[in-house]
Amino acid sequence: MNINATLLGQTIMFAAFVWFCAKFIWPPVIRALEARKQQIADGLAAAERGKHDLELAAKRSADILREAKGKAAEIIAQGEKLKAEMLDQAKVSAQDEAERIMVAARAEVDQEVSRARETLRHQVADLAVAGATKILQREVDAKAHAELLLALKQEL
Amino acid sequence: MASENLTSTEYIKHHLQNLTCTIQDGGFHCAHSAEEAKEMGFWALNIDTLGMSLLLGLFFLFLFRSVAKKATSGVPNGTQNFVEAIISFIDNSVRGSFTGRNPMVAPLALTVFIWVFLMNLMDLVPIDYIPYTMQLLGLSHFKLVPTTDPNATIGMALGVFLLILFYSFKVKGIGGFIGELTLHPFASFCLPVKFSLKPGNLLRIVALIVLIPVNFVLEVVNLLAKPISLALRLFGNMYAGEMIFILIALLPFYMQWTLSLPWAIFHILIITLQAFIFMTLTIVYLDMAHQKEH
Repeated sequence: MNINATLLGQTIMFAAFVWFCAKFIWPPVIRALEARKQQIADGLAAAERGKHDLELAAKRSADILREAKGKAAEIIAQGEKLKAEMLDQAKVSAQDEAERIMVAARAEVDQEVSRARETLRHQVADLAVAGATKILQREVDAKAHAELLLALKQEL
Repeated sequence: MASENLTSTEYIKHHLQNLTCTIQDGGFHCAHSAEEAKEMGFWALNIDTLGMSLLLGLFFLFLFRSVAKKATSGVPNGTQNFVEAIISFIDNSVRGSFTGRNPMVAPLALTVFIWVFLMNLMDLVPIDYIPYTMQLLGLSHFKLVPTTDPNATIGMALGVFLLILFYSFKVKGIGGFIGELTLHPFASFCLPVKFSLKPGNLLRIVALIVLIPVNFVLEVVNLLAKPISLALRLFGNMYAGEMIFILIALLPFYMQWTLSLPWAIFHILIITLQAFIFMTLTIVYLDMAHQKEH
């Protein structure tokens, strides 16, 4: 237990160990620790930001939904209005059409009546001539009276 | 009991003797007794102390370096977790007691803490194992615990002392440091606020000059007390602990555990505490060296 050069050796060893530790051990580990601390802080901040974003998105989606509902109601109202208008228009045009068809039908009926009357006139004239022919069988010459009969036909 | 043919005194003496070696008469020679070791004078080395310190220091550096090399900020594995826990603990201690800015202090504190702890830890190895093994290998003495050798603790305290001096000069300047040693507590009382040649002020300056030697002696004692207390506290605690283990080993072997077990458990606390105290005081002393005024 006497003091000797061991203490110098110990001092030198001490200095060497401290140098090595300061150069090769402390910095990398402390860097890793700091980096992890930073990562955790970043992660927490990101989570906080995400939460905030979610809140904003929820608010925005509610806004959009409300807006869409409003628009839909508007569109439905417009549709109703359009429908009523179209119905009115259709009614008017249908009435016009009906009137037109009626007029056409009446005209056709009139035409038919006059055609029937014409036919009837011819037939009556023929019938009258036939009757007269039967009555006058011998005395009446068809050829001589044809002119007369034609005039009569015209008159009818 | 170590051996049948040893008396208790011889046994204790044997355990307290370092493996002191030197180059004598052109050959490497190791002392076989305390007297022989003493005769070797200053230029001798305690091979056991140096060897164990080196081994444990290298173990510390190897373990921590292996973690530092692949340290990631990702999920740490077991060893990295362990190393990181220690480094965070040291970092907090340094942040707590060191107010200056010096990237050297934290690694210094780490080295001191782990190295001293490992050297103290050797105290828990059953005291006869290694000396006997070494005897079989042909080495007459082997003290396993470097911190029970005052050379080791004084050597480390000397290192700390040199750092204290270095940073005192660096931070305060040569004038500042000498001023602190010679004038420090009295300067604020004795120096006049405004310099003038009034008789009262002259008296104060004379008083200051007269007090310089007193102050110097006090401050030098204060300065030297730091490394000496640092070295002797650690040495004293470890030496006493080792001594008690040796005394317990004198009991019959079937009785030893009743005392050595409680003492070993208690010693786990002491070795950690002593390593911690050595580290904390190192930090505090360096902090004082970095303070310009206090």
